[in-house]
Amino acid sequence: MANYLPHTESEVNEMLAFLGMKTLDDLFAHIPESLRIAGGLNMAPGRSEPDVADQIAHYTSRNKSTNDLVCFAGGGAYDHEVPSVVRALASRSEFVTAYTPYQPEVAQGVLQAIFEYQTMIARLSGLPIANASLYDAATALVEAVNMAAGATKRSKLVISAGVHPHWRQVVRTFARGTGHELVIAPLRDGVTDWSAVNCDDAAAVVASYPNYLGVIEDMAAARHVATAAGALFVVGIDPVLASVLKTPGTWGADIVVGEGQPFGTALSYGGPYLGLFACTEEQIRRLPGRLVGETVDVDGRRAFVTTLRAREQDIRREKATSNVCTNQTLMAVGAAIQLGWLGTEGLREVAERCVAGAHYAADVLTAIDGVSLAAAAPFGREFALRLPIEASAAIAALAVDGILAGLSVAALAGDEDAGVADPHHVLLVSVTEKRTRREIDAFATALGKLVK
Amino acid sequence: MAYAAPGSRAKSAPLMGRDTEPTIFEMSVEGRRAYQLRTTDIEVKPMGAYLPVEHLATQPVKLASVSERDLVAHFTRLSHRQFAVDLGMYPLGSCTMKYNPKFCDTVANEPGLAKVHPGTPAHLTQGWLEIFVDLENRLCEITGMAAATLQPAAGAAGELTGLLLMRAYHEARGDARRRVIIPDSAHGTNPASVTLGGYEVTTIPSDERGLVDVEALKGALGPDVAGIMLTNPNTVGLFEEEIVEIAGLVHEVGGLLYYDGANLNAILGVVRPGDMGFDIVHMNLHKTFATPHGGGGPGAGPVAVAAHLAEYLPGPRAQRAADGSFEWVTPHSSIGRVHGWHGNALVLARALAYIEVHGGEGLTAVAHHAVLNANWLKQRVAAILPAAYDRPCMHEAVLTATSWKKANDVRALDVAKRLMEEGFHAPTVYFPLIVDEALMFEPTETESLQSLESLAQALEIIHAEAQSDPQSLHDAPRTTPVRRVDEARAARQLMATEDAAGR
Repeated sequence: MANYLPHTESEVNEMLAFLGMKTLDDLFAHIPESLRIAGGLNMAPGRSEPDVADQIAHYTSRNKSTNDLVCFAGGGAYDHEVPSVVRALASRSEFVTAYTPYQPEVAQGVLQAIFEYQTMIARLSGLPIANASLYDAATALVEAVNMAAGATKRSKLVISAGVHPHWRQVVRTFARGTGHELVIAPLRDGVTDWSAVNCDDAAAVVASYPNYLGVIEDMAAARHVATAAGALFVVGIDPVLASVLKTPGTWGADIVVGEGQPFGTALSYGGPYLGLFACTEEQIRRLPGRLVGETVDVDGRRAFVTTLRAREQDIRREKATSNVCTNQTLMAVGAAIQLGWLGTEGLREVAERCVAGAHYAADVLTAIDGVSLAAAAPFGREFALRLPIEASAAIAALAVDGILAGLSVAALAGDEDAGVADPHHVLLVSVTEKRTRREIDAFATALGKLVK
Repeated sequence: MAYAAPGSRAKSAPLMGRDTEPTIFEMSVEGRRAYQLRTTDIEVKPMGAYLPVEHLATQPVKLASVSERDLVAHFTRLSHRQFAVDLGMYPLGSCTMKYNPKFCDTVANEPGLAKVHPGTPAHLTQGWLEIFVDLENRLCEITGMAAATLQPAAGAAGELTGLLLMRAYHEARGDARRRVIIPDSAHGTNPASVTLGGYEVTTIPSDERGLVDVEALKGALGPDVAGIMLTNPNTVGLFEEEIVEIAGLVHEVGGLLYYDGANLNAILGVVRPGDMGFDIVHMNLHKTFATPHGGGGPGAGPVAVAAHLAEYLPGPRAQRAADGSFEWVTPHSSIGRVHGWHGNALVLARALAYIEVHGGEGLTAVAHHAVLNANWLKQRVAAILPAAYDRPCMHEAVLTATSWKKANDVRALDVAKRLMEEGFHAPTVYFPLIVDEALMFEPTETESLQSLESLAQALEIIHAEAQSDPQSLHDAPRTTPVRRVDEARAARQLMATEDAAGR
């Protein structure tokens, strides 16, 4: 069993004697006897690490990873390259085993890495302020709409059905507490129809760039809707595509959220991921989570410290703008390292390869009889395919050939949140810079055989 | 008594100098590159061939351009400017900075876990679903609850999830309630979560023992009370001995009891929140179960509930089907998703590995030794730093530097900063708010007697210095990568990016 406790038996006895006690149970004598567990926990005894490794191997043998399946699944989680150098640096134990940087004198490493991360995310967003991270994109969107509601003193949220269905579902859950009203603007042929809903008195207008079906939507139109309603304009981004598309800031976004997983975080079965959050200077007093700022120490040397702390829950308590405390710092540090490795050119090249690969894949897949694009709109690195068979059946069949064909829109979104007709026949396909022509051709061949 | 050298004192940690580390942007040279990508044999045309030109960026987003060698040097040097558990003792109260077994890192890096797409169908991820089911079972046994959600990504997310469960429970009864009671010693996340849960906070005072003032609680209770949030042991490190009576009082008015699991490490295998009468429990896996803190996350904040709340849990939840396979099931009155996918899955896998290695007895030993260490340290330094409350503590000890302030104008913060020069991380200071000049030490179970003794001796040295040379404490720390920083300037002249800094 575990062997992480340093105490020898004689040391335990010496320490107990120092406290005037005889047994370890005496430490708990002030706890009512009736509450104390009589026979200990009803759990298997501890085992050595090699023994537990066998149990872990049992689990892993029953999972299909990207080592087993060529991954065309996306939907906010992408199979990008995470190079050895990023894994090595991000797993340094100084970053891994530190706490939140409350004592800046001994936390400059994490603080400076976060400062560099904030700079990169702010530039990708085209906005001046980015925070030190949130849990994931979905919870970042919750914080964004809360910020908008606070700024406008309104509670209506107009959200495009093109926003990732899980993000919308999480916003809906937390609206149970805040009382926000959700209005979903429907998709028409893959593009948001803002005119179908009443946006008056909206706190936020939320668009996605691209939307969850991969479509690059008209941000000027969405900005116009927000301006007309007097709402804050919230944009959800794919941060990889952000390097080839105009920044949300250029389109007039007030708040940008996104999923930072593509920046150096493994697929990880969905977590821990990285919630990106950026905003304008006007909103800074409502910023959720931590913010690192530059300053100097008493000797005048450059130093970094968490700042504008008066916003945060430990100081403002029930009046705080957010309850966030622990966030996803290690993922943010990893993102800074990954973006440092890619650099200006590398990130752009990754994005271009994603887009080129996706369009090549769309061409060869739609060449199959009965397979077509579900929306006739421009897309980036991801697209929705309408199949003559159920998408979940296609995924199951192609997995046997070693291909994860994509995501079933019905399984991802549920029937109500899909935003497309007959989502059971729609397959969401994503291509990253890792996918080769040979892999894409094999995918098309396998799908062609299946639907013939 | 003669002791061996302390294993957790970091006073020998080397540094090459005191210069400022340049930012990665300052090291950037245009045209330099580190990245390399796979050969794909796919032609990449200009983006205008794929996307409408009005969407295309006219300028690339400027990042840094550095060599791989410089990238490694930069982040390695940054890591050398960072204190961590692996370097030395980190007795930061309320944070449970115990040793994080390397084995759990290995588990989290298994390709069969780390390289699985979260949208992969359940029949291809049976191992992951089984991990979730096994972890949920263990957490329910540890807390004495019936069912759990693993989705919340951190403690605060768990709190808000718990409050939404409380709300769903009352609303299902057509019972609109307005208030949630919180002791004045609570973590700040508690009141912030209550507000986001749509409730008003009613704060009740602690009594002179540092425990919930039961008379004040009685005064605050009424039919509009949705519930109470308690940490037990509480934030001053004391066990709420009247918890059974408190639970009875809250349940009597139809309210629910919420257990903030921040301090669960103290009671593993000793007592269980469910047996105390709690209805909802969140756990901080990054504290109690040693999944590392990562410099401020990722954590994981699963929420376990009593049977009468299980139908409201977030979904989907992994469950074992009748045929022994595993499937996703959404509870019929679920409040909905609280995470984009399934929660911080790799953190959950680490926690399960930690629990399996320890087993029931091992977890009980964790609590025993954590409480032993805290009580030993409290008594060892009592002559110079008395406890705020003269009672047996649990896993952490809240001490007070009031006498230091009165005698020599030396404050808790000065003690904390000076302690860094002695090779230890600072304790938590000025929390909980109800204790004057609070220094909250949580040594955890993985620190040795020798390390505790060296911490005590360092405090004695600092105490003597406070009388002979108090300025020395105000000047501390002097040996760290930077000294005390100008926090006011950071807020007044906000520079939160390289661009704002004008570089």
